[in-house]
Amino acid sequence: MELRSRVPTGPLEGKWERHKFEMKLVNPANKRKYTILVVGSGLAGASAAATLSELGYNVKCYCFQDSPRRAHSIAAQGGINAAKNYQNDGDSIYRLFYDTVKGGDFRAREANVYRLAQISVTIIDQCVAQGVPFAREYGGLLSNRSFGGAQVSRTFYARGQTGQQLLLGAYQALEKEIANGGVTMYPRTEMLDLIVVDGRARGIVIRNELTGKIESHLGDAVVLGTGGYGNVFYLSTNAKGTNTTAIWRSYKRGAAFGNPCYTQIHPTCIPVSGDYQSKLTLMSESLRNDGRVWVPKKQGDKRPPHEIPEAERDYYLERKYPSFGNLAPRDISSRSAKEVCDEGRGVGETALGVYLDFADAIKRLGEASIRERYGNLFEMYQRITDEDPYKIPMRIYPAVHYTMGGLWVDYNLMSTIPGLHVIGEANFSDHGANRLGASALMQGLADGYFVLPYTIGDYIASAKLAPVTTDHPVVRSTEADVTERTKRLLAIKGKRTAASFHRELGKIMWDNCGMARNEQGLKRALKEIPALREEFWENVNVPGASAELNQSLEHAGRVADFLELGELMCLDALHRTESCGGHFREESQTPDGEALRDDEHFTYVAAWEYAGPESEPILNKERLIFENVKLSQRSYK
Amino acid sequence: MNLTLRVWRQSAPDARGSIVNYEANDISPDMSFLEMLDVVNERLTERGEIPIAFDHDCREGICGSCGVMINGAAHGPMRGTATCQLHMRSFTDGDTITVEPWRARAFPVIKDLCVDRSAFDRIIAAGGYVSANTGGARDANEILIPKENVDTAMDAAACIGCGACVAACPNASASLFTAAKITHLGLLPQGQPERYRRALRMVTRMDLESFGGCTLFGECQDACPKEISIDTIARMNRDYLKAVMIAKAEPDSTTA
Amino acid sequence: MVMAVTGIIMIGFVVGHVLGNLLVFRGPEKLNSYAAFLRGTGGALWLARLVLLASVIMHVVAAVQLTRLQRKARPIGYDRQEPQVSTLAARTIRWGGLLIFFFVILHILHFTTGTLHPTFNHTDVYANMISAFRVPWIAALYVVAMAALGLHLYHGMWSSVRTLGMNRASRDPLKRRAAALLAAVVWLGFTIIPVAILAGFPS
Repeated sequence: MELRSRVPTGPLEGKWERHKFEMKLVNPANKRKYTILVVGSGLAGASAAATLSELGYNVKCYCFQDSPRRAHSIAAQGGINAAKNYQNDGDSIYRLFYDTVKGGDFRAREANVYRLAQISVTIIDQCVAQGVPFAREYGGLLSNRSFGGAQVSRTFYARGQTGQQLLLGAYQALEKEIANGGVTMYPRTEMLDLIVVDGRARGIVIRNELTGKIESHLGDAVVLGTGGYGNVFYLSTNAKGTNTTAIWRSYKRGAAFGNPCYTQIHPTCIPVSGDYQSKLTLMSESLRNDGRVWVPKKQGDKRPPHEIPEAERDYYLERKYPSFGNLAPRDISSRSAKEVCDEGRGVGETALGVYLDFADAIKRLGEASIRERYGNLFEMYQRITDEDPYKIPMRIYPAVHYTMGGLWVDYNLMSTIPGLHVIGEANFSDHGANRLGASALMQGLADGYFVLPYTIGDYIASAKLAPVTTDHPVVRSTEADVTERTKRLLAIKGKRTAASFHRELGKIMWDNCGMARNEQGLKRALKEIPALREEFWENVNVPGASAELNQSLEHAGRVADFLELGELMCLDALHRTESCGGHFREESQTPDGEALRDDEHFTYVAAWEYAGPESEPILNKERLIFENVKLSQRSYK
Repeated sequence: MNLTLRVWRQSAPDARGSIVNYEANDISPDMSFLEMLDVVNERLTERGEIPIAFDHDCREGICGSCGVMINGAAHGPMRGTATCQLHMRSFTDGDTITVEPWRARAFPVIKDLCVDRSAFDRIIAAGGYVSANTGGARDANEILIPKENVDTAMDAAACIGCGACVAACPNASASLFTAAKITHLGLLPQGQPERYRRALRMVTRMDLESFGGCTLFGECQDACPKEISIDTIARMNRDYLKAVMIAKAEPDSTTA
Repeated sequence: MVMAVTGIIMIGFVVGHVLGNLLVFRGPEKLNSYAAFLRGTGGALWLARLVLLASVIMHVVAAVQLTRLQRKARPIGYDRQEPQVSTLAARTIRWGGLLIFFFVILHILHFTTGTLHPTFNHTDVYANMISAFRVPWIAALYVVAMAALGLHLYHGMWSSVRTLGMNRASRDPLKRRAAALLAAVVWLGFTIIPVAILAGFPS
């Protein structure tokens, strides 16, 4: 497979501008003749669907939730980055670009990241125009904070609910377009396959979750904004419904999967409390602005925190990274937490936790101002753990949060299947091997509002598409595949629930393909996962029928796909023998335990190509070329 | 802890439903309410029965998917809490817990505890937005907004659209939901051009969706997981009254 | 809306009524001359009566509509529903309203037309009151009706202001001091008269 990145030539600063000019346009009067199917209604999907409709396209938008407003973008707490330099602290587009490339451990495309930084500025303007209530200063100007390892204050926020407010902005724009007739919305609808006719993405097969009806929807282009696949780990901060099905099915129809092993483990989550646990709750990273992370110096120190004297505490982030301290990037903070817990110094009943202590901040700033900054987060923590973080330090532990990997896309956000565009977390681009805090919202909205609406026009204007109808043999066979698979799931009538398989897969993934990976573990996982998958298809019990609302069936279908994806992730992790960003191979570290990249052999995107059920997927490489940034060892000391 | 659940079971939208009793044994007080339902469901599945359908997604109180009546209170006994954030330590060993779906004509039951809340989407589609197409926005700092205004707007914008306000209202009114959006946008300068048109259209849509009228019981505010104030309802009424007057004076200005 | 506007009109009347009635404590001359003054206004009195009658009708029609809307809005009720914060006043507003409605009819037949009053004298309001409230069950009926009125006003007054969007935002909007005060004044003012008369006033 040939991977054409379509990165424009010329100087970095002018690439996007020139590319916009060089792309073909669709005549305004013709736009309504083209149908674009947008799957997913999160930040990326909703913003794309609304914008495409505003431009005049005929848009159909799908989400599995009961309303587009519920997409998981809504749960993002901390904020959104933009190179506005409102705080006069030396920020610039170039700095945001550089920070993001470096933060991603030099595994992202320069041109994509630069475009993202350029667009970041416009996103804020657009969101404010929509009425997003970003925090303000008394003078009425926008307020900023520093976030997630940045040394400038470039993060815009709406309390601890930035994702919610941005999503509602996009959702409202989407509802406006629904009312105007430009978008037809299909909630409670799950995409179960991609229809590829003559090598181009022409439609999707969907299941109506209310009636169980399986049908095909056709169009001129398909856009996936279906989010990440962190739920392959069972326990993650993702919503219960987030899944890989849309991108996995597309992968199996020919879209290359980029860097599947790049997962982000977020350092500040509430630790697991028992086997029944269904998900993990994130505590916003902004807490690290004032909280200090520590563990006891002694192993197995079971004293309550207030009885451990200052001298016997190890503020390990401050010790190891004096210049960034508690604000060290996510991958580094997470790994450090794992290290101290592996040493037997973890806290809490399970000893898988570290303290995030606000005692000093409360002393310095007073409880009132801590309450104003983090009140809602403290409340949330107390509700879950029944402990008062104003008095007892919080206990936190890393948890799977975001997947940098995803379907491979070119500069135009198009996958290796022409006509299939992938936006937001579902694609692999922009964040490299580690995403910086407050960059996910930025990327989702950049793709949806400002990149895809241009680039998809270029595709539509250039592609000469023959009409396709639902009686086309490919449409029929794809639909038959989906029906067959659904029937098969219901017919197994085994002994185990889909959830039990999901939990088991999650444990294999977390133990072997989590915060630290090694050859032995990955090879073990590569044996265990296919065995588990085999058992799943023989022994899963999916109750109920197909022609009704059947949440067990929905879940089982998703777990089946996770059972395949997990294997690909391990394969990718195994082949990449270097450490980079969120991917830490124990075999590749510096003497003091930091991630050690191997730029000579691994400065590329691994784009895996499906080769059939019996064969190993094919590895394709897109070499990453750095013309502006000098590759260096990331140092946050 | 061991509990008895009385759960509304209804196999399809037009099927007859009834309350069914289940024993939920060995429940940890650290479980969330939904995790308790997960456990019950897994046991049902293992016994070859159909698990209880309920909507849920983020499980951190922000997506608004979940929501059931627990012992006669929307989202259960804790204030400012969505069902997913309610933990079993709020109950005691031996309790009987009644679990029912939201009840309103505008929220028909789909199955068991799942209801159709698409009426909310249609209320937003009627005018719950600022018509600002992508592109062409001026610099974000050119619009100055007093901190107090943006803070009050944010209080209202925190609505998660779960429907607890409707469920708890003795009249099954959607006033708090509608008012929250009207307040959020009506307090901001960006929302001014469409302020009265928005109020008129959203309230009209709300009435068309067969919600009940507001008689200010105040139950909605108490049930709201984001504790949105019923002051928003007064603000909505104010804008709506003015909109009606404007509409009478200049019929074209608000209906177009 | 109609509910709130007509409600406020009637609140205005009730407040005037209670203040007028309290003149009983200043002796027969004051009260009777006030009554004569009202009757003497002629057209204005009838205009006020008409407005009130219209208000009552509209208020009742709106109440019926709201009740029907509510029944329609929740065709299937809960197996169990526990009120969390709504006041007794809010929950009894419909029954209370009904009670007040019938009371007002009786009251008019009693004190305005005199149909139900055995010793009715059109010009001596003071004597009418004293003789009526010396009968314990009549006094008791009035006390009960006034309790209902107090509750009705407590919720009605507060919610009317909000329905018309005339309130100021507050930190705890469920607190309703002004409404409580007004309801208490009306209730006390109306209740103290039969109670005092029954207890022997004027001695």
